[in-house]
Amino acid sequence: MIGFSTLFYKELLRFWKVSFQTVLAPVLTTLLYLLIFSYVLSKRIEVYPGVSYTAFLIPGLVMMSMLQNSFANSSSSLIQSKVTGNIVFVLLPPLSAMDFFGAYLAASVVRGFMVGLGVLLVAQIYALTPPVHIFWAIVFGLFGCGILGCLGIIAGVWAEKFDQLAAFQNFIIVPLSFLSGVFYSIHSLPPFWRQMSRFNPFFYMIDGFRYGFFGLSDVAPQQSLLIVAASFLGLSALTIGLIHRGYKLRG
Amino acid sequence: MTTAIEISGVHKHFGSLHALRGLDLTIEQGEFFALLGPNGAGKSTLISLLAGLLRPDQGYLRVLGHDVVRDYRLARRSLGVVPQEIVYDPFFTVRETLLIQSGYYGLRHNDAWINTLLERLDLSDKADVNMRALSGGMKRRVLVAQALVHRPEVIVLDEPTAGVDVELRQTLWAFIQNLNSQGHTIVLTTHYLEEAQEFCQRIAMLKQGQIVALDTTQNLLASFERRELRLALDSAGLPESLRPLLRRSIGSTHILDLPSLGCLEEILGIIRQSGAQIEDLSLVEPDLEDIFVSIMSEQASV
Repeated sequence: MIGFSTLFYKELLRFWKVSFQTVLAPVLTTLLYLLIFSYVLSKRIEVYPGVSYTAFLIPGLVMMSMLQNSFANSSSSLIQSKVTGNIVFVLLPPLSAMDFFGAYLAASVVRGFMVGLGVLLVAQIYALTPPVHIFWAIVFGLFGCGILGCLGIIAGVWAEKFDQLAAFQNFIIVPLSFLSGVFYSIHSLPPFWRQMSRFNPFFYMIDGFRYGFFGLSDVAPQQSLLIVAASFLGLSALTIGLIHRGYKLRG
Repeated sequence: MTTAIEISGVHKHFGSLHALRGLDLTIEQGEFFALLGPNGAGKSTLISLLAGLLRPDQGYLRVLGHDVVRDYRLARRSLGVVPQEIVYDPFFTVRETLLIQSGYYGLRHNDAWINTLLERLDLSDKADVNMRALSGGMKRRVLVAQALVHRPEVIVLDEPTAGVDVELRQTLWAFIQNLNSQGHTIVLTTHYLEEAQEFCQRIAMLKQGQIVALDTTQNLLASFERRELRLALDSAGLPESLRPLLRRSIGSTHILDLPSLGCLEEILGIIRQSGAQIEDLSLVEPDLEDIFVSIMSEQASV
């Protein structure tokens, strides 16, 4: 337990020591999205009856920043350690696959939530109404950050160079998160793309999270929860298996 | 008493490269052991296998009787490894680094031992300095401290003195010898053969993934009969019949290859008959470097 908590603490300290880059910068970026999109689109679109576009956009942006930062945390920590070689400091001690997995995952979730809370806080300039079902929002936040934390560990373990990690991020994570319904309801899409969106697990994370805010969603939150929870458990099992086998870590 | 390190039938491939070819080696507790060999002989591979950074394709490795794959927790707790490359985590200070490393081994409240380590390795005044700001030699000391935070029974040093200044080398050896005298087993790889000769009781020489020599330092030195005979002669010079033994001449001093001590009398006889006068004579004992070079080249010609 001390091994796990130390690695968790070290991972927290790692991003906290550069919080300007790991927390404040993403909050600012998300705020810019919010300012621009809400200015351009707020008068034209009303996604749900009685919910302004800006109000609709905020939970989506919060969740997107949480997901992206959870991924960034575990993946960049691992690739840095691998490239600089200090990964040996966690490979030499008697840490189990579970210690390793749990610590990187938990730190990713914490960073995701810190960025998400930061975005929510600055979004208060728009006098957002408080979430209707905060419990649902938190549950989706946890699962979403957990899934991206897992993907970050997998990408960080798999990648041998920074550009491989960048490819994983830019060709998989970013498209999936931008096409997940952060900026629109999938009901406004043509039938083909609406159908395609249903194969994107990110859609269910965003939709479920948004349900927590408005009590309104594109699909039933129970269905989203089921899909998100199953994705998380499946990815966790895969990640633990990879670490246990020493995939790309212990040749 | 359980053996410190037991290696049996270990093979390791990297693609088509057969890095270790059925290695067997036993090191007893309390030994000061050297692993020698040219670059690419498999020394670092062997250490990585012991440390669990690599996994063997075949065979097993045990540290204090614990299999490094199956009982990895106990094996790793018994082992401290100083890696060859200087690596560090730029986010932390020296003290943070050591506290975190202690935690990975399940240790809290390790401050007293950490302070001792800092003191013994001359790092006390750098305790709160960020790792990035340290010189290469200082970073190397922190690596040694990191390997020792959990007071391992068996300590493995992979070329600990490569690129290290004289002062640190002395500090380091004094410290390592002290640990050895307290009963810790020490295994090291080094390119400085005089270090192995000075500190180690037993030596294994590795070549192309196999052990080509394994004996006590004393026996290795004794088994090597080749000595150097330095002869300063008067103007009569070296007799023609001794030319084949000549390695080189510096002025009137001739350095001869002495295949064995028994040949000495014969050589002196030849000189006496030639009428040359011996002005000075000395015998140079072999050192580990000669033995190393000889064993490595012998094997190459097989």
